[in-house]
Amino acid sequence: MSFKPIRKVPTKETLAPNLLDYEALRSDFSWDSARRELDGLPDGRGLNIAHEAVDRHAQGARRDRIALRWLGKSGRQRDITYAELAGLTNRFANVLQDLGVAPGDRVYVLAGRVPELYIAALGTLKHRAIFCPLFSAFGPEPIRSRLSIGEGRVLVTTEALYQKKVASIRNALPHLEHVLILSDSDTAATIPNTHDLGTLLNAASDRFEIPPTDPSDPALLHFTSGTTGTPKGALHVHEAVVAHHITGKLALDFHPDDIFWCTADPGWVTGTSYGIIAPLTNGITSVIDEADFDADRWYGVIEKQRVTVWYTAPTAIRLMMRLGLDAVKQRDLSSLRFLASVGEPLNPEAVAWSDLAFGRPFHDNWWQSETGGIMIANYASMEVRPGSMGRPLPGIEAAIVHQTETGTIELVATPNQEGELALRTGWPSMFRGYWNEPERYQACFTDGWYLTGDLAKQDADGYFWFVGRKDDVIKTSGHLIGPFEVESILLEHPAVAEVGVIGKPDPQAFQIVKAFVALKPGHEPTDELRRTLLGFARSRLGAAVAPKEIQFIDKLPKTRSGKILRRLLKARELGLAEGDTSTLEEN
Amino acid sequence: MTESELQSLIVQLLGEIAPEIDPKQIEPDANLREQLDLDSMDFQNYVIALHEHTHVDVPERDYAKLQTLSGAVAYLKSRLPSD
Repeated sequence: MSFKPIRKVPTKETLAPNLLDYEALRSDFSWDSARRELDGLPDGRGLNIAHEAVDRHAQGARRDRIALRWLGKSGRQRDITYAELAGLTNRFANVLQDLGVAPGDRVYVLAGRVPELYIAALGTLKHRAIFCPLFSAFGPEPIRSRLSIGEGRVLVTTEALYQKKVASIRNALPHLEHVLILSDSDTAATIPNTHDLGTLLNAASDRFEIPPTDPSDPALLHFTSGTTGTPKGALHVHEAVVAHHITGKLALDFHPDDIFWCTADPGWVTGTSYGIIAPLTNGITSVIDEADFDADRWYGVIEKQRVTVWYTAPTAIRLMMRLGLDAVKQRDLSSLRFLASVGEPLNPEAVAWSDLAFGRPFHDNWWQSETGGIMIANYASMEVRPGSMGRPLPGIEAAIVHQTETGTIELVATPNQEGELALRTGWPSMFRGYWNEPERYQACFTDGWYLTGDLAKQDADGYFWFVGRKDDVIKTSGHLIGPFEVESILLEHPAVAEVGVIGKPDPQAFQIVKAFVALKPGHEPTDELRRTLLGFARSRLGAAVAPKEIQFIDKLPKTRSGKILRRLLKARELGLAEGDTSTLEEN
Repeated sequence: MTESELQSLIVQLLGEIAPEIDPKQIEPDANLREQLDLDSMDFQNYVIALHEHTHVDVPERDYAKLQTLSGAVAYLKSRLPSD
């Protein structure tokens, strides 16, 4: 079934979209002009994300506007104005300074969506240390590897998460000097070798002047996954705020009175770029819901908070579809003006359903940890082609390319032909390195293009369409999982001889993590052992990374050089032709 | 099914999804997702498994009632024919 384009009549909107004429804005756009929408630090002292997000509003007309509206799991609400946020983030910056943390040191935060996470992130940026978020559903091993690779010096976490996931690995983290604990109760936390964050914040001054910050000073470290090797830490600089800000305006259509809700967790890049930074630089109110997905709760949040712009993910949208139209129609969701989705391709059925349910379609967009901000998007003013990720942002040049045998890049000029999605280098939120891995970084670039690893095609009108991943990285519930990280842990179990991990297609989550396991002699493939391995993987990796399915097989398909052929496992899983098997090991 | 039978069934099904858990550690009134580190897919699989084993239809709007062990027992009990 094909889905008709959803046409727009932008002139009929009461609030004109910021990007009204795509072609015209694209030809007029320059990053210099986008930079001029920001203030910069006073007296020409540079550019700092936290100044643009917090201090410039706290010192201006928007000082009493609510910056963050936090909704607790159990119904509590806390509003923080821009002026208050300035004081709180100043306190955190002073805490880091008093502890002797240096600019450029890595400050990690492992927490659910609590106000202190946001305060720590922005306070870290004020101090010019590097903020690195960790997803709270990670198990001890993903936490250990990311802290270890990024040589984290400070970790902010909660009492419960520390006891459950960090205490057991603390000794394996020689760089981790300070652990700041957010107490689970009204009294200060008293865990040995840690500090109580509340006590430190109360003792710190609420005045802080952001020191001179060069736009190319490092600011954010986002971990992502490749097919092989350990997770990679994509490093971003303060200048990235130019892209955060302008993409908020153009791709998410932020207007000065908006109430914005980004449902993503700051443990992933969307939850930082658009859950923390972009709404604040635009001076609008950002809603944070501490609770996990529940469709009915979500509709209640939109209705009660009068959310105008909503940014969420395909898995949630598909679950809302399952709940059906009735649940939507019982609510007054008329405040919604613009809906956007990211994480994995939004299927056309879901786009069409959202138009029916909310009277407005979800606008899919595309970007990665490495790109720092939205690169390709469907816009408020432009026809939505359900299933397409849209067209490149002004200032972004995207193309479909092939790599030639000599290693150069060949642009694919024919419409609808598959190739690798590539971006012309030079946008401000482009990652500036993988932490301590210059070779892996260099391998992402050829002839002035960043090669994204995503396969896509472009239609005759310039819309891009996602096809798949070039590598074996798994996309699940909007997150990227590296098969190697999962395989390495399962291989540590004494019964396991070999493991191959794939993304198994799934109607809700896009893919789920599935492991194929070959056992060592003397171990039987029983249901009990399968459960043991599943539990072993879950307690080490956490629910977000561990496999959802484990299947025993006698032997894993491998190349002659001994590399596990995950693609063949996937083809078998799907019942597809296995393709060229000439490099298979001989049985 | 009695309440205690329902409780053991639920614990058994949770053990299929998160085998690392110690059934004795489950607090009946605490949120299962948080206690057992279940993500949204795990939770959905738990609801599907409950349906498969009890034949009770659980519409999405009732998912919240299954978030604790005691809540799930009460919910299923009220929807199963009494013996």
